[in-house]
Amino acid sequence: MANKTDTVSLSDTFTAGLWSENPVFRLLLGMCPTLAVTAAVKPAITMGGCVIFVLLCSNIVTSLMRNLLKPHLRILMFTLTIATFVTIADLFLKAYMPDMSEALGPYVPLIIVNCIIICRAEACASKNGLAVSIVDAIGMGLGFTLAVCVLAVVRELLGTGKILDTVILSDKVFMPWAVMVMPAGAFITLGLLLGLVSKITNKSKR
Amino acid sequence: MTLMDTVTALILGFISIVLINNLVFSKFLGICPYLGVSGRIDMAFGMGLAVTFVVTMAGTLTWLIDHLVLMKFGLEVTRYVCFILVIAGAVQLVEMYLRKFFPSLYESFGIFLPLITTNCAILGLCLFLNLWEIDNFVRAVVLSFGAGIGFTMAICIMAGIRENLELADIPKSLKGAPITLITAGLLALAFMGFAGMIK
Repeated sequence: MANKTDTVSLSDTFTAGLWSENPVFRLLLGMCPTLAVTAAVKPAITMGGCVIFVLLCSNIVTSLMRNLLKPHLRILMFTLTIATFVTIADLFLKAYMPDMSEALGPYVPLIIVNCIIICRAEACASKNGLAVSIVDAIGMGLGFTLAVCVLAVVRELLGTGKILDTVILSDKVFMPWAVMVMPAGAFITLGLLLGLVSKITNKSKR
Repeated sequence: MTLMDTVTALILGFISIVLINNLVFSKFLGICPYLGVSGRIDMAFGMGLAVTFVVTMAGTLTWLIDHLVLMKFGLEVTRYVCFILVIAGAVQLVEMYLRKFFPSLYESFGIFLPLITTNCAILGLCLFLNLWEIDNFVRAVVLSFGAGIGFTMAICIMAGIRENLELADIPKSLKGAPITLITAGLLALAFMGFAGMIK
């Protein structure tokens, strides 16, 4: 175990989450929140923050109890750990950011079944030490936030002409595409972005 | 309210959750299995049936626990932990029951059954039942069942389209997930046409 931890470089773990193993664009994990909260930039950032918090805490706890886990009970333990931290995040949002809590609605509790978090607990935290798990959680969390923000910027700009309530494209020169803030726009934007990412990857491979 | 009105309300609720508030197209729930197993139509149908079964059970059970235990004793803080435990338990029970009494069905579901625990459509529906403040037991059961049917319909339509997409000439970088998402977007656009159907 100790040797394995040493060979995993911390900076590699961090950058993997940002690009080469980006949870949204590469691993296709956590699609539901990605599509649901990206109609505007502000809820997207809030969601990213929640995911970073939950991912960090669950990775820390999982990493600490990795030697106590029984194989057949581990998924249940991961889920319960995650559910606890999600409850904390949800109550925090309700208390300090009630408007965001209202806007995100059931998608905050749905972080429990977000595949990113269970995937990281299973693939990284249950096998590695504390340091690697923390760095991995921050990298993956930032990668998720980045992806969600890119999607939200495109959708909010084309859907309303604004970003974070600042008018970028005025009404006179640009007619907002209402479909971009609706579900259909979410699917199509994400599809095109994934296409773009795989195009870039194919090019750099050659 | 007479019996007739109640039945009409239930039917309208059922249609609205299948077509208008379809979990996949308007709430983005259950996208992972939607992308994962919509490659072949028979697998998609099997997945849809399994989800329908579990979501009906989980929706009913969590509604009962929420209203009879959690709300009565002021334990709403533990709602998420309880819901996820109930869902994991329900999936486990279904798995054991099928293995014992319907081994052939169990074989055909295979790996899909345990995966349903982390299908966000299930937990999502349980949370929506709470969010929409459904306080009628029969209505909760009908909505849970309708949500499963809506999911089955969405995943089967998608599987049908994807079987044909295999033969289409798609740009290389759009192959796989990107074109599936774009197709889902066009389907969601079509489903928006149902929006004004029920007032």
